[in-house]
Amino acid sequence: MNAQQLQFVPASEFKQRAAVAVSDAHLRSSFRGAMDFLIGKRAAQFPDPVLLERQRGLAEHIRKYSLARLPELLEQLERKLTENGVHVHWAENPEQANRIIIDIARSHSTKLMVKGKSMVSEEVELNHAMADAGIEALESDMGEYIVQLDGEKPSHIIMPAIHKTKQEIARLFAAKVPGVSYTESVDELIGIGRAVLREKFMTAEVGLSGVNFAVAETGTLCLVENEGNGRMCTTVPDVHIAITGIEKVVEKLEHVPPLLGLLTRSATGQAITTYFNMISGPRKPGEKDGPREMHLVLVDNGRSQAYADEQLRSTLQCIRCGACMNHCPVYTRIGGHAYGTTYPGPIGAIISPHLLGLAATHVLPTASSLCGACGEVCPVRIPIPDLLVRLRGEAQHDARPGHAPLLGQGAAKSGLVDAVWSGWAAMYTRPALYRAFGWLATRFRALTPPLQSGWTVGRTPLKPAKRTLHERMAARRVR
Amino acid sequence: MEETGNRHYPEKPARVYLFGTCLIDLFCPEAGMDAVRLLEREGIEVHFPADQTCCGQPAHSSGFPEQTRAVALSQLRLFPQAWPVIVPSGSCAGMMRHHYPKIFADDPQLLAEAKALAERVFELSEFLLEVARVRLTDQGAPARVALHTSCAARREMGTHLHVRTLLGQLPGVEVAMHSHESECCGFGGTFSLKHPAISSAMASDKVEALQETGAQTFLSADCGCMLNLNHTLQKRGDGFQGQHLASFLWQRTATDGGQS
Repeated sequence: MNAQQLQFVPASEFKQRAAVAVSDAHLRSSFRGAMDFLIGKRAAQFPDPVLLERQRGLAEHIRKYSLARLPELLEQLERKLTENGVHVHWAENPEQANRIIIDIARSHSTKLMVKGKSMVSEEVELNHAMADAGIEALESDMGEYIVQLDGEKPSHIIMPAIHKTKQEIARLFAAKVPGVSYTESVDELIGIGRAVLREKFMTAEVGLSGVNFAVAETGTLCLVENEGNGRMCTTVPDVHIAITGIEKVVEKLEHVPPLLGLLTRSATGQAITTYFNMISGPRKPGEKDGPREMHLVLVDNGRSQAYADEQLRSTLQCIRCGACMNHCPVYTRIGGHAYGTTYPGPIGAIISPHLLGLAATHVLPTASSLCGACGEVCPVRIPIPDLLVRLRGEAQHDARPGHAPLLGQGAAKSGLVDAVWSGWAAMYTRPALYRAFGWLATRFRALTPPLQSGWTVGRTPLKPAKRTLHERMAARRVR
Repeated sequence: MEETGNRHYPEKPARVYLFGTCLIDLFCPEAGMDAVRLLEREGIEVHFPADQTCCGQPAHSSGFPEQTRAVALSQLRLFPQAWPVIVPSGSCAGMMRHHYPKIFADDPQLLAEAKALAERVFELSEFLLEVARVRLTDQGAPARVALHTSCAARREMGTHLHVRTLLGQLPGVEVAMHSHESECCGFGGTFSLKHPAISSAMASDKVEALQETGAQTFLSADCGCMLNLNHTLQKRGDGFQGQHLASFLWQRTATDGGQS
């Protein structure tokens, strides 16, 4: 449980981290620059808005269809993978997922596991668990490698080291990689990382990867990547372990291309990534390469809670492109680390409450102006703003009749806030009272408080006008 | 977010309702009065139901559905005639047009009423352009203005397009594009109170982008954004200030310079 407590996000701490982040000019300008770059790259891939809407509609439909049939598709996937010679494991929580992976690694006397990029492995804090078990888990995606080398967490789900400058990386490599001197040349820096990793790929007993799409009909695990490290992790070591969330399954191979086309375009503005791996099983007799043993770990970790609710289920449509973060004005201001969760930004605010509970995360859905940019770019049309509003409500109320309580339901309940909103509704449903308030507020406008909570942190106080519109319109009627 | 651009527009009516919004009522009533003047000049009689208060959006976005429903219900039946309901705020118009039907989805009778009302709700600039089909006559000196459109207005109502077209009728007015034009100003209702550091950072970036255009003023069809930006500018000690679109349109086109 310890590892998960790292992800508790107290409201006060989030606000403090956010305040520090927004006053960090360097962080502000680097995130703004990086997000602008990604926004531009994505936009260039979607020149025709009508076509884009058609593609989004298809992708949304495929994801909804897959989720509607999730239980049977997962069983079909397990059956098919087993036929293909893949061992399938089910993990309800991070502890189970880590235990399964550690047991597999130990059964092969593993000293080193190389990892391709996997957000689910971040979510279950696999690296900590492996370290505790005495097994080295080395990230091989360049961004993940950098972040791991510096003892940090990813700040973005697609570009984990986006918060770092090349100078910071140069200093990090010079300090942490033996025999390396300081260089700001990006090519040289990549070369240093590659040299370290090449050797590790050859010596690792186990390779771990994530999964972008799991095809039930054929038992195929699809892996999208740009660096080739995913292919190395899944083909060079003798054992390949894939780990993914239960929501990643689709029924047919033909469901993959529409999702893939939107994933890469939405994420990095690429029409297709450099590598697209389709893995259907371990090395067969007579084949010259590939792992001798293959496993898939399917992780729930709170996804079933989202699945059980008709509206919240759409959270699981996500294909992890990160476009919602890139377009989020809040994420752009505070970066990924301020959120404190594996998944930052808008998708993090709607998925984290299921993974970690509302007690730990209720502040995250409030950290949005509901501007709607996330919902507008989401390639699978998750109604993110609606879900943010819903989770705000669930955090402040008991479960509605006929609805099962969410983990941490009502964790942000406050008698005072309830009273404020009940008072508000009492006044705004009583027109005479409302007009009387307007009359008083305008007559005593000189007495308007100079400090108005969060409003006056960056603004001058609001002051009522001399007469309300109600009064002015009433005067006209009489005239 | 919601479909825009394919709405069927009725003929110009003889009478309309005005839903003034709570922010305009208390903080910018002049913008409401200017909206009335613009409508009346087109020969349209404006009715202002005296029992109107607020569309319910603050409670809705804060996660208080019961209170939202109560306040929304008290507005739902204030517009009995089949006249258009004009809202000089894109986000409040969006609330009534797109969210009321969801709020009352569980009650067939109320849902039918909410849908009927939603069909008649128009943001002011949309109504002036598409229903009243105004032809504005520019009376002002050449001016360069910037435009900030509220996010709900942009994504739910297409307001940015309507306002640009309306301003295009004024030959003396040049509308400058600003950096990150479609980005939120950081208001977000109670977001501005709950997360002041983030909200203020967004507001500061927005006022800087607006001023960088060299515009004399900025316009907004939403009182919330306008108050957020104007009070941010005042705190920074900047002289630059924005104006509600209704007031700008009236002042630019009234023969007496909008002094009435």
